[in-house]
Amino acid sequence: MHHVISVTVENKPGVLARVSSMFARRDFNIHSLTVGPTEDPARSRMTVVVDEPEIEQIIKQLYKLVHTLKVTEHKPGEAIEREVMLIRVNADASRRAEILEAANIFDATAVDVGATTITFEIVGEPGHIADFFEIMKPYGITSLVKSGPIAMARDTKSGARKQKRKS
Amino acid sequence: MAEQLTGSEILVKALEREGVDLIFGVPGGAILKAYDSLYDSSIRHILARHEQGGGHMASGYAHATGRVGVTIATSGPGATNLVTPLADAFMDSIPVVAITAQVSSGSIGLDAFQETHTWGVSMPVTKHNSLVTHADEIAATVKEAFHIASTGRPGPVLVDITKDALAGHAEFTGKEQIDLPGYKPSVKGHPRQVNAAIDMIMASERPVLYAGGGTIRAEASKELTEFAETLNLPTVTTLMARGVIPDSHHLALGMPGMHGCYTASTAMQKSDLLIAIGARFDDRITGDPQFFAPEAKIIHVDVDPAEIGKIRAVDVPIVGDAKVVLEQLTERANSVLDGDRKPEREEWIATLDKWKADFPLAYDQDPDGYIQQQYVIEQLHELTSGDAIIVAGVGQHQMWASQFWGFERPHTWINSGGLGTMGYAVPAAVGAQAGMPDETVIAIDGDGCFQMTFQELITAAVEEIPVKIAVMNNANLGMVRQWQKLFYDSRFAATELSATNPDIVLLAEALGCVGLRASTPSEVRSTIEKGLAVTDKPVVMEFVCDPDAMVFPMIKAGGNNDIIYMGPEDL
Repeated sequence: MHHVISVTVENKPGVLARVSSMFARRDFNIHSLTVGPTEDPARSRMTVVVDEPEIEQIIKQLYKLVHTLKVTEHKPGEAIEREVMLIRVNADASRRAEILEAANIFDATAVDVGATTITFEIVGEPGHIADFFEIMKPYGITSLVKSGPIAMARDTKSGARKQKRKS
Repeated sequence: MAEQLTGSEILVKALEREGVDLIFGVPGGAILKAYDSLYDSSIRHILARHEQGGGHMASGYAHATGRVGVTIATSGPGATNLVTPLADAFMDSIPVVAITAQVSSGSIGLDAFQETHTWGVSMPVTKHNSLVTHADEIAATVKEAFHIASTGRPGPVLVDITKDALAGHAEFTGKEQIDLPGYKPSVKGHPRQVNAAIDMIMASERPVLYAGGGTIRAEASKELTEFAETLNLPTVTTLMARGVIPDSHHLALGMPGMHGCYTASTAMQKSDLLIAIGARFDDRITGDPQFFAPEAKIIHVDVDPAEIGKIRAVDVPIVGDAKVVLEQLTERANSVLDGDRKPEREEWIATLDKWKADFPLAYDQDPDGYIQQQYVIEQLHELTSGDAIIVAGVGQHQMWASQFWGFERPHTWINSGGLGTMGYAVPAAVGAQAGMPDETVIAIDGDGCFQMTFQELITAAVEEIPVKIAVMNNANLGMVRQWQKLFYDSRFAATELSATNPDIVLLAEALGCVGLRASTPSEVRSTIEKGLAVTDKPVVMEFVCDPDAMVFPMIKAGGNNDIIYMGPEDL
């Protein structure tokens, strides 16, 4: 089972290495890991997707790292998850219209067009991205890169239930 | 404006501020500047003969004194030689600060002379580590290193400082603040959990208090003993906790596990409630966890939340400092008892007493045969009245020392428990003796271990550190040989040292020590008496021991703790 965890860390040199080294030496398998700055320049935030059943032990081990400030596990449905994918598909003139039509349904944007290929950018929940991948697969995918998901807990304070659900 | 100092001067001031009185180390190119500043300091520097020795000395010092041990090494090979002592201290939660030098910041990553990525190499074997590239970061980083090493679950911390940071200039205000927003170890246990624990103990018929090394680190000897007495709790002490409750105490059951006493191991197995304090359900204690203490509920007290539930599911988890939580537990127990008599547990204690009588630790010393190591240990105990700090290497001698010494107070048993580092004893004993000059420090070592690190006896001789080393010379890697005998059809592959063993008495003399030898049982006492009489230089006492002796009781690695072999006939 996938677990999605957010790890807020001090923005210090080597902190990514500390986290990834801990995963390696404890034999925890990382499915994806993204890291970037937050609203506070002193802090970075990682979104880690892991395949392990022992999520409690992973969270405790993350907290043992001196530069870890906060670890949150996102239960399914309790977080906004987003991923970016760049996908290049074969698209000769005969199939181009059909491919663009499919992309339009998925809110994917053509960001590069070549003689025989189109490259799409798509942003959304990981499931949405996976669905788009399945739709594109029959045309022939020549190149693909995914960011790995980023996640943020939903604001559950009363009166703030206004998030737009995309996908 | 405060005076501008060099980074190396700031380093020394920062160490002095932490109350450091002793440093164990080896200089080299990149660290030269730091040594130049150390030359003017009141801190005593002990020149080890190898950085590994310096690291284990710092650990032995920390074990014996309860304070942070400090070791120092240069870049590259100096730093990599510290990997074993750091890993050792990490496994046993020993507070050690290692200072290493790094090549100049402009040369990092260019494969400069004596460059190693020390920060990366040491990361998995330290509680925390830092790379310092500017003189103005040194004071705060050192302060944080000592704080991290000595608080929460203690452990080793490495500070790697570039050559240009040591040579650069900055102010030393002495007002540096610890800035570790993500590091807040729990101290006090949650009162609701403490109450739940006491309720569970009151309802238990066969409780066992399972004291681990954390109780020694937390200086909780008095509190542990008081708690055990308050609720009449039979107590086992792990290899890292020997001495936390006196072995002579009526509630003490001794060491459990692979080579533990029958009573200690079986008490855990038959218990209905284990109260683990600062213990981590190590595989040498549990055997196969699926068969371990199958009827027992678990109360687990640990300062490190990650230990709780790591191996065994827990009924009542309590995160906190062992000493503080034990005080809370005793206080709660007293309020629940409210003047009533404590639980008697007559049946359980009678059962344990019967096991103690039926399955004692035993050995035979044939007066005309080989010297048995257990006999040497008992004679050492008798001739010192047990008033000594015992340091061990790893192997048969270590197990027998733990079984047969009879520890009466904490900090008197120093060994490499978790990592099992052969060669630990000699340097750790030097560090312990340097830190506790008024105590008798005796290393009980094997000939295999001794040959890994004996060069640190040169350090002891030169620095006039009068350690006593009892080398149990069975001319073999004894514990490995025992396993070969029991599990590999007596095929003794690469465990016989005899053909190449040096003359240990001559070697000791050459190293600047007094060398003594006992070849027969009748020579044991006189050899020890002569050795103990030497107080101005290190002494090596060699005992020519039985190569075929084996350590029992024994539980097979990864086995079921219900099956305890009391002797070779049981296998």
